[in-house]
Amino acid sequence: MSETQTETQAETQTETQTATTAEREAALGGIGCDKRRKEDARFIRGQGNFVDDIKMPKMVFGDFVRSPHAHARIKSIDKEKALAVPGVIAVLTADDLRPLNLHWMPTLAGDRQAVLADEKVHFQNQEVAFVIAEDRYAASDGIQLVEVDYEELPVLIDPKKALDDDAPILREDVKDKDEVGQGPRRHPNHIFNWQSGDKDATDKAFDGAAVTVKEEMFYQRVHPSPLETCGCVASMDAVSGRLTLYGTFQAPHVVRTVVSLISGLAESNIRVVSPDVGGGFGNKVGPYPGYVCSVVGSIVLGRPVKWIESRIDNISTTAFARDYHMSCELAADKDGRITGLRANVLADHGAFNSHAQPMKWPAGFFNIVTGSYDIPTAHVTVDGVYTNKAPGGVAYRCSFRVTEAAYLIERMLDVLAQKLGIDKAEIRLRNFIKAEQFPYQSCLGWEYDSGDYTTALKQAMKAVGYEELRKEQAEKRARGELMGIGIATFTEIVGAGPSRNCDILGIKMFESCEIRVHPTGSAIARIGTKSTGQGHETTYAQIIASEIGIPSDLITVEEGDTDVGPYGLGTYGSRSTPVGAAAAARAGRKIRDKARKIAAHMLEVSESDLEWDVDRFTVKGVPDLSAAMKDIAMAAYSNLPEGLEHGLEVVDYYDPPNMTYPFGAYICVVDIDRHTGEISVRKFYALDDCGTRINPMIIEGQVHGGLTEAFAIAMGQEIVFDEIGNVLGASLLDYFLPTAVETPHWETDHTVTPSPHHPIGAKGVGESPNVGGVPAFSNAVVDAFAHLDVTHMPMPHTAWRVWQTCHDLGIDK
Amino acid sequence: MAKTEIKLTVNGEEVAGTVEPRTLLIHFLREQLNLTGAHIGCETSHCGACTVDLNGKSVKSCTVFAVQADGGELLTVEGLAQGGELHPLQAAFAEDHGLQCGFCTPGMLIRAQRLLRENPDPSEAEIRWGISGNLCRCTGYQNIVKAIRNAAQVMRQKEAAE
Repeated sequence: MSETQTETQAETQTETQTATTAEREAALGGIGCDKRRKEDARFIRGQGNFVDDIKMPKMVFGDFVRSPHAHARIKSIDKEKALAVPGVIAVLTADDLRPLNLHWMPTLAGDRQAVLADEKVHFQNQEVAFVIAEDRYAASDGIQLVEVDYEELPVLIDPKKALDDDAPILREDVKDKDEVGQGPRRHPNHIFNWQSGDKDATDKAFDGAAVTVKEEMFYQRVHPSPLETCGCVASMDAVSGRLTLYGTFQAPHVVRTVVSLISGLAESNIRVVSPDVGGGFGNKVGPYPGYVCSVVGSIVLGRPVKWIESRIDNISTTAFARDYHMSCELAADKDGRITGLRANVLADHGAFNSHAQPMKWPAGFFNIVTGSYDIPTAHVTVDGVYTNKAPGGVAYRCSFRVTEAAYLIERMLDVLAQKLGIDKAEIRLRNFIKAEQFPYQSCLGWEYDSGDYTTALKQAMKAVGYEELRKEQAEKRARGELMGIGIATFTEIVGAGPSRNCDILGIKMFESCEIRVHPTGSAIARIGTKSTGQGHETTYAQIIASEIGIPSDLITVEEGDTDVGPYGLGTYGSRSTPVGAAAAARAGRKIRDKARKIAAHMLEVSESDLEWDVDRFTVKGVPDLSAAMKDIAMAAYSNLPEGLEHGLEVVDYYDPPNMTYPFGAYICVVDIDRHTGEISVRKFYALDDCGTRINPMIIEGQVHGGLTEAFAIAMGQEIVFDEIGNVLGASLLDYFLPTAVETPHWETDHTVTPSPHHPIGAKGVGESPNVGGVPAFSNAVVDAFAHLDVTHMPMPHTAWRVWQTCHDLGIDK
Repeated sequence: MAKTEIKLTVNGEEVAGTVEPRTLLIHFLREQLNLTGAHIGCETSHCGACTVDLNGKSVKSCTVFAVQADGGELLTVEGLAQGGELHPLQAAFAEDHGLQCGFCTPGMLIRAQRLLRENPDPSEAEIRWGISGNLCRCTGYQNIVKAIRNAAQVMRQKEAAE
């Protein structure tokens, strides 16, 4: 080594050693900083790679012939005219798929769903035939010319009539079965009955109650509607026998397993790739007929087949959310302390039970319905039924059925407060689980890991000037003006989940992370989740940076390719941070464990003499003696102690010990024009506690987005059917996606109560704003009418509906 | 179906293609020119993911026929950065977290550049109105509005310096 080089090296060493801990921490770009997103570079240039951007040699296009009827028998299908269209290559029907046993597919809920309608159609726009053509225009031409002869059948739209003796039987294929995957059933249109809690104790609580309230609530059918619809490209390589399936999948590894189970192809011969995905919100979890038909098409033709939904296809056929008819009662003492809760739900699951919940939870985590409150006893039932509507029942930006539960309990608190004449903040403060009660065992079986609800609500009340707002409201009421203040102090339950009770098709809902540290001190990490906009390439890198002391800029994160990453269950139910980030942190710690052994060897001390300091191990008491991670990385490939394997690579599979319980306190203020029913959102303040904050900028962005989706649901979204099952409004002309004009301004705030069982204390945040936002809006709207003895108004709160309330009350003139 | 030859300028380059009368401009861009920045989100001109700039106006290219663009001048997101330097809007979207999944971003950027050409110093309300033809499902718009305001300021300062 020349003298100059030695000098330079010595200087560098002194320089890094003089860098303070804070400076070195800042250089890492780790947990807690507002790191700008790595993924943005491609998106702002139009260089994202979404599924419809994929182009392959000889690729063809598939599209569906869909049913105009909601319930009908198929008498015949004539393909001849369609096949005569120039460019049309093939038309597949159920009869073509039957020999392969692919005309039906299993759902994630243990039921089955027709890939192409088998003898009957069960909902409008159901897939009847798959036309494959040289381009999308020819496919569209072909669709018009497939002649299907239908015999219409009586239609069942109202779920309340599903279990009547004279109800039309929808699913003839399972009508004699005692169960369809989720327990005993009592009618051919019944899917499951699920119960939680202690019925007798709850009845007793109600018998002796000083006060009880009851309300019927319908949480309307809505659709997640990510801006990118669902789609795929299936490419079967006839020579190697390998199938590659690119698609809009939130859970690519699960898709690979499902494709293997359905097709009989060895899983090793299937590669599933989720490229960039344009939003998911629960819509892109389950398997759809388009995927199966594309795979079959590619196997049969030996050419890649692309299928991309139209927006109308997306809204009218792929997974919807909610559609819960809920009845709830609270029992309380005279001071408003709740002594019991009873809830009965009728769940409309549509024509096939293809909701996406962990298998053992037919109503998801609906039994989080006791919310943030110390309710001693409760009993909950949910009955799922079939109707002639599109299948689904997914978690639209929420953890499994949690938003339904949060909406119910948050509305009920207001109903109780009004009955007793207690302030709506006060009734919450009286019923909160107290900070010292955590870990808290809920009467419906959950162990809440941590929380401080009182502090959160008090901080929120102070921030908005709650007392002054109430004064202003009283003055306005005296003048005949309508002003509402809505509060939601919700608790979420996310991070599915512990293997003891969470699985999909028997596969436990763990998450995984592989880290490879390269010799020159950079790294690549692969995680089993899949970002659909959450910024995982940035946030996972931040977590790993903090754990292994390599700057996040030097850590590449990959997800979504089953050939590349370890098996994981995907991204939904806010599980990426609670489960995926935990795997990332633990993988990082495993790297550090090995690094410690190498550092001890390099510094010629024992492992116990070393302590970790941001990006290096130092010798205790001799801070100048240290081994930086960058140098340890090289040593892992060049200078190892005896008995240690080369390389610096690990995989971690993380099975969470518990769910995480993010919470928040939201306050919404609305002014309502009693002449028109128009609502103006004057203020929306959202305090979120998601535990340790990995990237505050991204958290805030998630909260903005979730609140906007909550606004959409509360104020305008609903998928409506007429009495013969026509879906009314499946285009963006009718289905409400708010623009920048309607969308309110959001104020965000936070408290930090770390999860005690999560490796970095993080809880997940993406779905909280939707879960808490919907009841905050709804409570604000109803609160505007509370002095007129209105206790409930059904969502969505469109101007027309609100005006009807004004009109009925005689205050619209 | 009979085909027609069209010629137009896209991002400063002259291009030609042969299209059916019914070929939509978005499909021509994405499938023939391989300009996949603009996306298709609804096919009914509501969502704005397909927004491009045609002859000085924002258009939803999912409801414009390719033949209507014949002889026209087109700007897509791929043409925003100049000489390797990001357009101030692109830089501001990244800086202000104005995007999440990235699907609406190309249309939003192209719309925003037209908005700022027409109104270099828009108020928040004017920005919100100006981008109301472009839907975003992820961001809640707040950071998009912020990014556009900040980009506008940068652009005005640049203009003043020149």
